[in-house]
Amino acid sequence: MKPASFAYARPASLDQALRLLADNGGRGRLLAGGQSLGPMLNLRLATPELVIDIGRLRELQRFETTDGALAIGAGVCHADIEDGRVPDLAAGLLRRVAAGIAYRAVRNRGTIGGSLAHADPAADWPPVMIALGAELKIASARGRRRVPAAEFATGVLATVLEPDEMIETIRIPRAASELRWGHYKIAAKPGDFAESLAVVVIHKNGTGARAVLAGRSQTPLLLTETARAIAGVRAWSSEQQAIIATALDSDLAREGVGPGLSPEERAIHLASVSRAAREAIAS
Amino acid sequence: MKVTLTLNGAEASGDIEPRTSLGDFIREHQRLTGTRLGCEHGVCGACTVLIDGRPMRSCLMLAVSADGRDVRTVEGYEGDAVMAAIRRSFKECHALQCGFCTPGMLATAYDIVTRLPHADRKRIRTELSGNLCRCTGYLGIIDAIEKALDHVHGAERRTQVETA
Repeated sequence: MKPASFAYARPASLDQALRLLADNGGRGRLLAGGQSLGPMLNLRLATPELVIDIGRLRELQRFETTDGALAIGAGVCHADIEDGRVPDLAAGLLRRVAAGIAYRAVRNRGTIGGSLAHADPAADWPPVMIALGAELKIASARGRRRVPAAEFATGVLATVLEPDEMIETIRIPRAASELRWGHYKIAAKPGDFAESLAVVVIHKNGTGARAVLAGRSQTPLLLTETARAIAGVRAWSSEQQAIIATALDSDLAREGVGPGLSPEERAIHLASVSRAAREAIAS
Repeated sequence: MKVTLTLNGAEASGDIEPRTSLGDFIREHQRLTGTRLGCEHGVCGACTVLIDGRPMRSCLMLAVSADGRDVRTVEGYEGDAVMAAIRRSFKECHALQCGFCTPGMLATAYDIVTRLPHADRKRIRTELSGNLCRCTGYLGIIDAIEKALDHVHGAERRTQVETA
């Protein structure tokens, strides 16, 4: 339960950190808040040669609103979002999500960029950023590129990041301020990883909706038919539940997820999606 | 690798391997054994200490990452009126038995009492979800934190909690 030996570097700037990453060609591992990498080091699931500590880089801890869009530095911790120090462009959704991540002692260290880069299928931020249409600015010594949140994770703990890259900022578009939203997380206890996590957003002008589902055994999934079913609803009634169930089954079947689910798993996903939809419709 | 930090108000330094956790540095190098290491992967909460005034897991933080920071462990609350009230209510409400989880519980309780003056029992339970106790069944701990909140924040808190 102690990490294997590694070398340690704490670069003083983002440029230095990117240079270290590039020079070590995949042997370096970034450490920000350490709330995912820390357990992996202790359990020796991760045995990097070099740990590059970016936990104090002020360049990654900034946030700003420009032209109505919100850019959050990858190094901003969950507690800063929970407490409202970061402006909540999405009318309370960011605060809600942050407050539900693990425990306060973890939220005081864990970062939004770290959560996205780790790409745990049950993590809280990835489905939210997909629902909000966020874009990730990715940095390397070679330059910068932008990737939509929906295209960032490629599988369980796998992303489009190259070995010399890191997330620099998360940009949430101005359109996020014109959304009604619902969010529901089903977990064994407060702060645990989600069995099922659903985020539903509906445009205030009624032009459309987006629904994303994630969970312990489910990488974030865009539910297009479910979103269409939700978009037309003005008020929740008992019929909506059945309509959403049909649409969700269709989405899960299309994505090849349906057959692998036990009846319990399907019921849990249906419950979280329905509750998120209901909250979004009522908001 | 050299590390120097403030531990309970005094400078503490050591020459350690980078892989040393802050928890191990506190226990093995500084010989302050009040901080407990339980699961060592962030779940049980026993190792929770205050860093720059905020509760954090000392098992998940490298000691070298804590260089220059202000660390407060269970040994570091002498003369602190809030912690004195929490300790008194822990005793009165039977909020501990074996004591292994208690240093982490006290750090979390300190955070609840100072950050959430209007927390009700439900909120206290939620905030405690990151600290495991295998002896008490938690009720005594919840009672103790509620009592400490009432004591520290007084009549103003009671009206606000009732109307919340």
